[in-house]
Amino acid sequence: MNTQWRAAYSVAAFAVAILAGTAPAQAQDPNAARALAATCFTCHGTEGRSVGDVPPSIAGREKAVLLQLLKDFRDGKRPATIMHQQAKGYTDAQFEFIAGYFANVKPAPARAGY
Amino acid sequence: MTFSRREFMQWTAAAGATALAGCATTGGGSAGRVVVIGAGIGGGTAAKYIKMWSPDIDVTVVERESGFISCPISNLVLAGNANISDISRDYSGLSNRGIKVVRDDAVAIDPAAKTVRLAGGSTLNYDRLIVSPGVDMVYDTILGLNNPAAQAQVLHAWKAGPQTLALKKQLESMHDGGVFVFHIPLAPYRCPPGPYERVCQIADYFKRAKPKSKIIVLDSNPDIVSKAGLFRAVWNGQYKGMIDYRPNSEIADVDVKGMTIKLQFGDVKGDVLNVVPPQRAADIARNAGLITANNRWCGVDWLTNESIKVPGIHVLGDATLSAALMPKSASMANQHAKICAAAVIALIKGQPVNQQPMMMNTCYSFVDAKNVIHVTSVHQYSATEKTMIAVKGAGGLSDKPSELEGMYAWGWARNIWADSLS
Repeated sequence: MNTQWRAAYSVAAFAVAILAGTAPAQAQDPNAARALAATCFTCHGTEGRSVGDVPPSIAGREKAVLLQLLKDFRDGKRPATIMHQQAKGYTDAQFEFIAGYFANVKPAPARAGY
Repeated sequence: MTFSRREFMQWTAAAGATALAGCATTGGGSAGRVVVIGAGIGGGTAAKYIKMWSPDIDVTVVERESGFISCPISNLVLAGNANISDISRDYSGLSNRGIKVVRDDAVAIDPAAKTVRLAGGSTLNYDRLIVSPGVDMVYDTILGLNNPAAQAQVLHAWKAGPQTLALKKQLESMHDGGVFVFHIPLAPYRCPPGPYERVCQIADYFKRAKPKSKIIVLDSNPDIVSKAGLFRAVWNGQYKGMIDYRPNSEIADVDVKGMTIKLQFGDVKGDVLNVVPPQRAADIARNAGLITANNRWCGVDWLTNESIKVPGIHVLGDATLSAALMPKSASMANQHAKICAAAVIALIKGQPVNQQPMMMNTCYSFVDAKNVIHVTSVHQYSATEKTMIAVKGAGGLSDKPSELEGMYAWGWARNIWADSLS
């Protein structure tokens, strides 16, 4: 199964889960992941699609990779200018939401001209 | 969990049908009308995100200017380290999303009738109103500056635009060996590290173009308000001998003709005076009765940004009564706006409002053309304290200025402009 299909499947599963009222406990607010991810958009671009090379785009990156990055920043295992300080503000459960959200966003360039 | 392609199609069809059934209850037309006053970082972001997350809501933005000029980075324009075009954006990004952008001045709000009257004569109806008006300058206590002619001569340049270019011109016209006197108001004011960044930028310009010139900083505050150690190190390093920093120096008056700032004890004369006065939530917020604290700021419920005084009206950005450790910054206005957007959609549609909002702040300051320092913090809603609180152990400062952070600062600026306005 290619990445695009996998992303589409998980989006569909998520949507169906919500509509069917069988969402897991952490997704009781269907927009919880979106709200958390949106705190990252300010620097990394809307939906994680950055207008430039830095801060980098994070849209569509694999969930496990993003999750590990966030934990490594938080634990000081990965050098950073600012991410190590920001990552300390979030719990593991919130990291799950954030990484899951960006993994399901299709990578695309941000709007040109900005 | 895995699916076959056929199962996937069935699932999406079912999901689609359910979603359509849900939509039908709204009657097919507009789900509601939102009016946003002000298309700065806060207002632009709120408008964009309501439309993006809920296209069935009608969104109208009222903005008096023809385009956006960014306060962040504007200090670099003073020093010739950036151009005004670099920090300017138009509003096509908002209108391309189906948001109605009205160029007019909102002059009165009627919370009972739920209407906004515009200077042009028209009236807008709303179900929910978002007021993101920024700050107005308070000259009541600085009598010598309490008239338009004086204010045209002694500038604040604390709103980016014509005043930025006018102050740049004054600095360029000053002779080498001249004295630039800069006044900083008591906190809270817009952009806590901004004044100290301005001192760095003007020192950078003097060092390059007018090396005999001096800067006198009259700070109303007892010490540098933000990034104090980092700024002090820069002033004692690359700008050594150029900056005379005087804390506890609140302005009493200005003699514009004599180019003198009067303090409680003693006068300070300069060749260029730059007075950033105290600030408050802008007129439209005051006139609508939204100010709740010290005659200056608008108290809000941080779950929704709804006014604690006037139901149905939400206030964003610098005009709000900031929660503890929450700066009046572009990052914060952008983050207020996303929480507000989600809440406004939920309230219009009768859905639950997120009870655990988070916000993140990032403020970059350029100490010269390329080197940058930051301060950052993470904020979460406390159900017990019913306000946003800073997350303990998170956030922090740069170790020292760096070009690497300079690249990130420009990246931050371009992304927040795009995130708020396109």
